[in-house]
Amino acid sequence: MQAPDVLQPVLTNLRERFGDAVRDVAGHRGEVTVELPRERLVEVCTWLRDHPSTRFRLLSDLSGTDYPDRPDRLCVDYHLYSFDHNVRLRLKVRVSVEDPHVPSVTGVWPTADWQEREVYDFFGVRFDGHPNLIRILMPEDWQGYPQRKDYPLGGVEVEYKGAHIAPPDTRRYTGGWTST
Amino acid sequence: MSAGTAATGLDRVPGGILLTTLDKLVRWARKGSLWPATFGLACCAIEMMATGAGRYDLARFGMEVFRASPRQADLMIVAGRVSQKMAPVLRTIYDQMPEPKWVISMGVCATSGGMFNNYAVVQGVDQIVPVDVYVPGCPPRPEMLMDGILQLHEKIRTGRPRTAQAAGQAEG
Amino acid sequence: MQVDAERLAAESAVQPGRALDLPPAPTAEQVTLPERRAREVIATGGGDWAEVTARRDAAGDDELMVLNMGPQHPSTHGVLRLVLELRAEEVVSAQPVVGYLHTGIEKNLEYRPWTAGQTFVTRMDYLAPFFNETAYCLSVERLLGIQAPPRAQAVRVLLMELNRVASHLVWLATTGLELGALSMMLYGFREREVILDLFEDVTGLRMNHNYIRIGGLSQDLPDGFEGRVRDALATLRARTEEYETLLTRNPVWLQRTRGVGALDQDRLVGLGVTGPVLRASGLAHDVRKTEPYCGYEQYEFDVPTATGSDVYARYQVRMAELRQSFRIADQVLDTLPGGPVMVEDPKVGWPARLALGPDGLGNSPAHVAHIMGESMEALIHHFKLVTEGIKVPAGEVYTAVESPRGELGYHVVSDGGNLPWRVHVRDPSFVNLQAVAPMVRGALVADVIAALSSVDPVLGGVDR
Repeated sequence: MQAPDVLQPVLTNLRERFGDAVRDVAGHRGEVTVELPRERLVEVCTWLRDHPSTRFRLLSDLSGTDYPDRPDRLCVDYHLYSFDHNVRLRLKVRVSVEDPHVPSVTGVWPTADWQEREVYDFFGVRFDGHPNLIRILMPEDWQGYPQRKDYPLGGVEVEYKGAHIAPPDTRRYTGGWTST
Repeated sequence: MSAGTAATGLDRVPGGILLTTLDKLVRWARKGSLWPATFGLACCAIEMMATGAGRYDLARFGMEVFRASPRQADLMIVAGRVSQKMAPVLRTIYDQMPEPKWVISMGVCATSGGMFNNYAVVQGVDQIVPVDVYVPGCPPRPEMLMDGILQLHEKIRTGRPRTAQAAGQAEG
Repeated sequence: MQVDAERLAAESAVQPGRALDLPPAPTAEQVTLPERRAREVIATGGGDWAEVTARRDAAGDDELMVLNMGPQHPSTHGVLRLVLELRAEEVVSAQPVVGYLHTGIEKNLEYRPWTAGQTFVTRMDYLAPFFNETAYCLSVERLLGIQAPPRAQAVRVLLMELNRVASHLVWLATTGLELGALSMMLYGFREREVILDLFEDVTGLRMNHNYIRIGGLSQDLPDGFEGRVRDALATLRARTEEYETLLTRNPVWLQRTRGVGALDQDRLVGLGVTGPVLRASGLAHDVRKTEPYCGYEQYEFDVPTATGSDVYARYQVRMAELRQSFRIADQVLDTLPGGPVMVEDPKVGWPARLALGPDGLGNSPAHVAHIMGESMEALIHHFKLVTEGIKVPAGEVYTAVESPRGELGYHVVSDGGNLPWRVHVRDPSFVNLQAVAPMVRGALVADVIAALSSVDPVLGGVDR
């Protein structure tokens, strides 16, 4: 857990170089998230990897999330790490289901190969420029994108004698604390 | 008594003292050297390897040779969760094993899908292959797996019919 | 926004080695499980073989042979499929196909309360279950803004280091087995039993423990545990020396591992590889040192590296890591603090007041008397915790721990409710497995086995 102060020079340089591209910078629990439009993604990533003040050589994680309440539902997160400066940064790109295209960063970090295939497999995000964008964990002819929120959990109803156990996606776990 | 000899083709000869002894001998030999096919999938595979290792020794049952090729094996221990992508492979390996063959479903994931009741896991390997012994647990202790194996030995020793076809022959 | 129909049509054309790419549908299709089963389960044709061999035929190379090291194989460390293109014994290309163990754990986590999460994640990387649980609990604790008490953190470190030893022993055992040193398999598992006895002592289970909870641990250590750990460490230290004698200068081992599967550091970093494989190329990167968690900054240990970046170097790094883990475990035992093992906050802390009663293990009579007779608020908290679970503030975090295979990261997103919104696991084996294909280009088939086992993939983590 590093303090955001360590990232200030990075953010300053980023804003100087790509001021128009940086949409939103948020900090939470010691982490900094930078939201980018997808058109500038590869350019920013290449700069982040190569510039001596940043040197984010490791793409730790490429993950997808589905926020069905927003028009640009699908969100791809890039977690970067710099060995030289020991800092982490998160990049965010949001796309909609109707136009789920994001440029691929396999040219910047080759590790994105399988990780982008995984996001495609589970969310349906198409990575333009990916050398081999096919499903990786589901069978290759599977239909649908399982990790989206409107894809059912699946499974069978468990038969008990004299009791009915609801499948987990219909159980009444909602609520939480109503009083402090 | 002649039901168990259906596989050996001796059912045409009327039963007698010599044949029952031979029958028992065959069954004793079969149970004494069951060779498992390596079908370890997930966490249960590690417990299966621990059962075959030094402390819980499977070699005392003649089972330490885990044959990689299914054509040389007669027991398939399905150890671990079977995903949708793996299901056709499982069936292929089962079909490649020669008769007589037995299946132990090890762990709750192989028995019934376990805690993973979802789109990705086959809810019980008995949807795909016929199972002789179910061993529950997540993962089952090596002693539990050995208990399952010994129950299978009992089943082989008493010659209880394994498939519906043999059961039909026993009755008729 | 309009979809480019022409581009989609061009993308959808079938090419050898590519699957059909379906155009995106506006809503997810509901595929029922029985339908899926009926269609797929009995298919045994190996349907993609035609596409795989089409590449060979197109190349017109008669000496190129395509070999399938299928998902059922004794040496692929689990259900991994390697499609090898060979010219005689030399590998031209190796393509790993994964997904044969996909369990949908990440989606399952979205339908269970936060406290049920660690039962699922512990079964991902099943050789390092404590690391999975700890990383998950650390992420959720960061979102909650709490820290586990010092005793809980120290016990977490102790269990994680013992788990690292157990995982490296399994690695030694299976690598020895695959390279032909069969006795190494028996020794490795014999030592692992010693550690599993300790785990069973503490958690009740040999594997997949569900012991590390959000806010601390589920129970305190049993009596006499420290003595048993010290005895076990003495045994393990002595036996580790035996393995060094057996393997390190063994000519057969050297011939099988020296110069095999080498890949330079820049390519490894580009491929996202972390852990012993990266440290064997000279880069001393360890998450325990760069971003300490659970109090690792108080313990003194080195980060072993090697040059050479081949299978032998990775073996040396892992053996050295075993010794460092013993060192850390000793220090934890020397400085183990007292105190509670679960946070005091009643809205978070799982009621970990178990005791042995007349009818078995359950809530201690004192605790039951307290919630039933003395405090209404405690009863409400207990009830809410057990039925609805904890409520985690909205936000997202990424927490990394150093698992025996590399950097294990958890990206946890919460919407403020009592179910996780999204948990994505950055599993080290998934990323490290990409390095196998460039490692074995031009090597022999036997070297493929050695290189694959030096990467130490656990397919439960790869496929999740």
